[in-house]
Amino acid sequence: MLRFLVPLGIFAALVAFLWVGLGKDPSLVPSPLIGKPAPAFRVAQLHDANSQIGSADMLGKVWLLNVWASWCASCRHEHPLFMELARARLVPIYGLNYKDKREDGVNWLSQLGDPYVVSAFDADGRVGIDYGVYGVPETYVIDRQGIIRYKHVGPVTMEALQTKILPLVKELEKI
Amino acid sequence: MKQLFGTLFLATLLWASSPLAVAGEAQLVAEDPVLEKRVMALAEELRCLKCQNNTLADSPSELAHDLLREIRTLMQSGKSDAEVVAYLVDRYGEYVRFRPSMNQTTVLLWFGPLILLVGGAIVLLIVMVRRRKRIAASVPLSDAERTRAAMLLNNRTNDGERETGA
Repeated sequence: MLRFLVPLGIFAALVAFLWVGLGKDPSLVPSPLIGKPAPAFRVAQLHDANSQIGSADMLGKVWLLNVWASWCASCRHEHPLFMELARARLVPIYGLNYKDKREDGVNWLSQLGDPYVVSAFDADGRVGIDYGVYGVPETYVIDRQGIIRYKHVGPVTMEALQTKILPLVKELEKI
Repeated sequence: MKQLFGTLFLATLLWASSPLAVAGEAQLVAEDPVLEKRVMALAEELRCLKCQNNTLADSPSELAHDLLREIRTLMQSGKSDAEVVAYLVDRYGEYVRFRPSMNQTTVLLWFGPLILLVGGAIVLLIVMVRRRKRIAASVPLSDAERTRAAMLLNNRTNDGERETGA
């Protein structure tokens, strides 16, 4: 009996592993930056080329960094959710306008509304590379000490916001 | 008319194959062919996260393009290949390597096949030893049984011959 059960057991385990693997989204790559200090940046603001914005300015508060671009269709998709979030004033959202034309970015926000406290302007994508951005939109949760706590790849959904991001923000704000 | 088309066709061919048409790409390589070779050699080892089965060298995505530029800048500032790879792994994770490095999480990946092979060999060895023991332990045939077996075997071959003979 055992000589049949052992191979069958091994086979079942293999099937289970492959089955779980099938359900995973291969485009989601875990970020090595979780739990590490957010890469420092200081770049011009989208709306004002003469003023700068840097990651150090946000130290002391829990904030979201949302990487977006006017050419990115999924950004348009998640945008209403960010508008709602901004209106609810639950957490400050900072934008990183990634590889965009200044004019296009400004127009996009004036047409659809601007949920961001400030948008940083990353014309050549250097800041994006430091953050390991590989698909816009991406959203980071950063704590008071400037540590990245969570990264969401792709458009933020209501579900992700309610089950992951907002509970985490609440948690981090207690510390 | 036909002649005119012929000349036009030739002219188009000549124009398309002229060095002017590829000047934009050629220029970069011409700047520093040694460095460019190093960049592309390393890029063959790195995964483009945008189109994951492509290397940075052959991915057409803009991200790959930007990362190649970044690698070029890093190498120009005197960074070694290992330092450049570490720079990318710090930002994009171990997954950017097509050949994963050896560490705690990748030990099974590296040695899994070897463990399976050795495990299989051990199982095979056990099965063979057991079989040999079983054969050795079985009671040998008596003389009477041996003659009977030989007779049965002979009959069988005779039967065969008769059939083919008929």
